Amino acid sequence: METFELVLLTIATAATPLLIAATGELVVERAGVLNLGVEGMMIMGAVSGFAAAYMTGSPWLGLIASILVGAAFSLLFAFLTLTLVTNQVATGLALTLLGLGLSGMIGEAFVGLPGVKMAVLDIPWLSDLPLVGRLVFGQDPIFYISILLVFGVSWFLFRTRAGLTLRSVGDSHKSAHALGIKVIPIRYAAVVFGGACAGMAGGDFALVLVPPWVGGVDAGRGWIALALVVFASWRPWRVLAGAYLFGGVSIGQLHAQALGVGIPSQLLSSLPYLATVIVLVLISRNRRLTMMNTPASLGQPFVPDR
Amino acid sequence: MKKTLFALMASAAMLVAGSAAAQDKTKACWIYVGPIGDFGYSYQHHQGLLDVQEHFGDKVETAYLESVPEGADAERAIERFARSGCDIIFTTSFGFMDPTNKVAAKFPDVKFEHATGFKREHPNVSTYNSKFHEGRYVQGVIAAKLSKAGVAGYIASFPIPEVVMGINSFMLGAQSVNPDFKVKIVWANTWFDAAKEADAAKALIDQGVDIITQHTDSTAPLQVAAERGIKGFGQASDMIKFAPETQLTSIVDDWGPYYIERVQAVIDGTWQQNDVWGGMKEGHVVMAPYTNMPDDVKKLAEETEAKIKSGEFNPFTGPINKQDGSEWLKQGEVAEDGVLLGMNFYVQGIDDQLPQ
Amino acid sequence: MRLELSKRPQHSKLFSILSPFLALALTLVAGAILFALLGKNPGTALYYYFIDPLTGLWDPDNRWQLHELAIKAAPLILIAVGLSVCFQSNNWNIGAEGQFIAGAAAGSFLPVVFPEFQSWIVLPLMLLMGIAGGMAYAAIPAILKVRFNTNEILTSLMLVYVAQLFNDWLVRGPWRNPQGMSFPGTVRFHEYAILPQIWPDSGRAHWGFVFALIAAVAVWFMMSRTLKGFEVRVLGQSRRAGRFAGFSSARMVFFAFLLSGALAGLAGICEVAGPIEHLNEKISIGYGFTAIIVAFLGRLNPLGIVAAGLVLALTYLGGEAAQISIGVSDKVVRAFQGTILFFVLACDTLIHYRVRLVSGKATTSGEAAHGNV
Repeated sequence: METFELVLLTIATAATPLLIAATGELVVERAGVLNLGVEGMMIMGAVSGFAAAYMTGSPWLGLIASILVGAAFSLLFAFLTLTLVTNQVATGLALTLLGLGLSGMIGEAFVGLPGVKMAVLDIPWLSDLPLVGRLVFGQDPIFYISILLVFGVSWFLFRTRAGLTLRSVGDSHKSAHALGIKVIPIRYAAVVFGGACAGMAGGDFALVLVPPWVGGVDAGRGWIALALVVFASWRPWRVLAGAYLFGGVSIGQLHAQALGVGIPSQLLSSLPYLATVIVLVLISRNRRLTMMNTPASLGQPFVPDR
Repeated sequence: MKKTLFALMASAAMLVAGSAAAQDKTKACWIYVGPIGDFGYSYQHHQGLLDVQEHFGDKVETAYLESVPEGADAERAIERFARSGCDIIFTTSFGFMDPTNKVAAKFPDVKFEHATGFKREHPNVSTYNSKFHEGRYVQGVIAAKLSKAGVAGYIASFPIPEVVMGINSFMLGAQSVNPDFKVKIVWANTWFDAAKEADAAKALIDQGVDIITQHTDSTAPLQVAAERGIKGFGQASDMIKFAPETQLTSIVDDWGPYYIERVQAVIDGTWQQNDVWGGMKEGHVVMAPYTNMPDDVKKLAEETEAKIKSGEFNPFTGPINKQDGSEWLKQGEVAEDGVLLGMNFYVQGIDDQLPQ
Repeated sequence: MRLELSKRPQHSKLFSILSPFLALALTLVAGAILFALLGKNPGTALYYYFIDPLTGLWDPDNRWQLHELAIKAAPLILIAVGLSVCFQSNNWNIGAEGQFIAGAAAGSFLPVVFPEFQSWIVLPLMLLMGIAGGMAYAAIPAILKVRFNTNEILTSLMLVYVAQLFNDWLVRGPWRNPQGMSFPGTVRFHEYAILPQIWPDSGRAHWGFVFALIAAVAVWFMMSRTLKGFEVRVLGQSRRAGRFAGFSSARMVFFAFLLSGALAGLAGICEVAGPIEHLNEKISIGYGFTAIIVAFLGRLNPLGIVAAGLVLALTYLGGEAAQISIGVSDKVVRAFQGTILFFVLACDTLIHYRVRLVSGKATTSGEAAHGNV
């Protein structure tokens, strides 16, 4: 049982940054914008979180820094795609490349330095409960933030007027515009929120998962977060399920290797990616269902006519 | 230190454009496969460069290129150095083997030193390597002494001979203390991926190992071990400051002595092709100070190290059987270098399936 | 004060040509600022990045750098030309990296598995198999898109990781060189399997560069002068319009993906049979992704892509020179490339829209409804 609990813990730790980044991107896409720059924003968040925590000694300041930097970086994307109406796919990719390069440069000053880690929660009696104790009461703070985030976003999108407005912008920006809704400012807000989340996810990598700063710390997880949004049919709770599923497969294959299962390690390592493809296919098969779920204006440029 | 380096490289730059450079100073150049900040493999090679600088002062100019991928770009990087007046070029990763030999053919007056390789197709190419596995034996001894569960976790990179040698040597060392010692191996398929290494360490610890060792380059596994209250071994450089209460020791690649010797040979005009495989005796392999262990274990480790260093003991001395039970080395027989350098089998007692 | 965009009735021809240059100029400025912040002389840094590799044009000693430019640019151009067709038809193939690897592996089959088969026909067969391999691998996201309506960005991207891992398994397992001391990598290809160099005396440039140029001209011709090219553009801009014209968007998906897969596969086998001369686990270093930048920098026009590919190759080479001479790290190259793409995209706006700075707020609710832009 002890091992099982520990394994669940590692899965939760692995899934948390995916969950945060994917939830943020979900909001962005619900507003009709496709931001492929999640990877770039995440790694910028990671390097800033690390740097800030290292220089101030406080992991919380590091977390705040990662959120702010992620948000600021996404503003660049927003300006290009919303104000200058550039192609969203290409701009997102450019953001990723720029993020990878810049973070590498900034990170150079910090390579190999031991980081400042975020402490896990330790409630006297609750945290010691068997199985659930550490899982529910003994995690790092960002894990709890991630769960609250899912609650919050779900409530916002489906139970508030503002959320309805945002969704309508994503479903049909022309109609929303005709109704007097300010499409562009709403999209700006959504993109910045997504950036903040991606930044936070990066901060999670730097402050919880992998303390020493190294380049490429998130190893392509930003792309997985994007896949998760589609996988979840743009619904927050399904994003949670997807993140944990992916985390489970990733950790599971490591355990399989440690257990000496005779399958080539490359095959095991590719399982998470193959699983993602298969799930995507299954989800998207029903064309009508997909069209019903996808924000109809996703990725399309919006320029109001005079 | 950095300023001096830049100043030196700036002066090197002035010689770059024209190939008709006056050769008063000897110029030594290094190509690294990773960043010098990896605190692991490439970092240690760079320490060797710095040792050369310190030793020779103004008589030798140095230059280096880091993060050179082992594919098509490697040849260009080596050629660039050859054309810019380098007298001796150190290519520090296995994957540079073919490019090194190719460029060496075109520049017969430049000396090429290739680390961890085996091809010397031209008289101006040498190869050099270190007997890291000697350190692994000592680690195995320590691990078996300290481990209560009798199982160690091994985060391996790729199934190449050097890594397999390391695993075998580790096991032999452990078995000399505890014949039933076990090892669990995870193949990370990377030399350097902190997140993956951390996850692998967690998985191993979750499965019950209580000692961690690695043949990957980041400090992540040690830090995970530190969190979980488990001891571990560092890799390639002394990682004590990342895990002050956790690191038992580390195998430190000390390339300085070799580099100084070779550069001196170029200066003296006595450089000749060689194939060097140095270990503790030659000072290529150094163990980081033994910490976080009781005194009797420390003493045993020091004794073992001394025996290997003096040449009295070779970790691969029979009787040793292969994993399938067949006999490999008889009593007192020592393994041949050639077999070790191409090692692709486990010794008895290892339960893993070697990825073929 | 706000920026207001108004759509031009027709693309501005002036800016179509000016925009990439403007973008480059802006990048140089940004780069200069960056270097100044890093404490390096901007002029020297920019010299090493952009001029030094070109000195071979007048200095015969440095001619080898021009060859290196060709070597670096060839795969970029090949892949980007294919991607330009994809992107213009609204098929977002982000998995060119995987198709590159698939082509390299498929093309390596003959020299690795049948090394005794030596004849002049080996190399052409290898090239064809490389093309086929890339096409087959690109077919996967295409099929998934057409039959199962699955987003091609994500599927093609996931398949990149799968291809990398598969290749890794190949070169460590069944295709590993038995004399290789258990190190990963196949045998060295025999001489009939090596892509020859064009001018062996002055440098390493190989025929892959020639293929790239031919592909660029051929695709340019197709796109600008044939019905197919028209079909690509129409379907890219509006599926409905395309359907009215009798074009099938499903078939276009296949056409675009198979074409770009073929070119990416060709790039792969050229890289492996050319400079590297065997298959190993390190063959792909992101060409498939850098090619996306090249495609946009070249404004999705194959001839522009040739220039763009050379520019990007320049940044790679310049980055190395700068690393040695002034100690600037290699990460700067990535940042540079991202910056170039950003400015290219931003400047492209000028082609489609007229941009004005308008002062004052919107006065009536009607105007407010038009929104800030």
